[in-house]
Amino acid sequence: MDWKRMLHTVNKSPTESDKLETCLRFTQAGHAVLLIENAVYAALAESAMAGQWPDKSSGITVYVLTPDLAARGLLGRDLHPDIRQIDYPGFVRLVTENDVVQSW
Amino acid sequence: MKFALLINTGPYQHQAADTAYQFARAALAEGHTIRRIFFYQDGVYNASRLSVPPQDDRHIVRRWSALAAEHRIELLLCSASALRRGILDKEGARVNAIDTDNLAPGFRLAGLAQLIDAGIEADRLLSFAD
Repeated sequence: MDWKRMLHTVNKSPTESDKLETCLRFTQAGHAVLLIENAVYAALAESAMAGQWPDKSSGITVYVLTPDLAARGLLGRDLHPDIRQIDYPGFVRLVTENDVVQSW
Repeated sequence: MKFALLINTGPYQHQAADTAYQFARAALAEGHTIRRIFFYQDGVYNASRLSVPPQDDRHIVRRWSALAAEHRIELLLCSASALRRGILDKEGARVNAIDTDNLAPGFRLAGLAQLIDAGIEADRLLSFAD
């Protein structure tokens, strides 16, 4: 099925699982990807993911859950410049703005 | 908007039960409704009233019970997942001649039909797992 607006949540870092890599193969223009739990490590500028994020013209937006960055002592670290930080109310908003949620 | 949540992993081992709880709190605070939270597979361990975490730690089971009471949320467990893992309601304990039930307040055994129903009835179904 072709969902126009889909939120993908990913909860594992790229070093422990290939969920994120698989997820990014399925994302289409208009989709959003939210990094939660251990997936927040992928948002670091120094992450091996750094060169693999969809570029700005792709229409895919990537978010990271700030409380999960904080829980891992990563606040203040350099993140990939295109990744937007959100909190739980932002998470809720993303769910309402998208037609369906895919938890990887 | 109406949300339904599905939780597939146990408390304390994985973050899923915490993420789901934080999400639920935020959704309710934003004025959304949560009708039903379904616990499946190891997720049923979220329902044991015998859980005794250290006093300075969050009490995940009681937290669910309180949330359910406060917002009239149904906390449903897959009954086959629950019985296998020793999570019993009064009827399950009686039928199997076991000396106690251990379902925390607000939780109830149900079937997968209620999960499907939650998915149909809610505007969004979110799952939280390992």
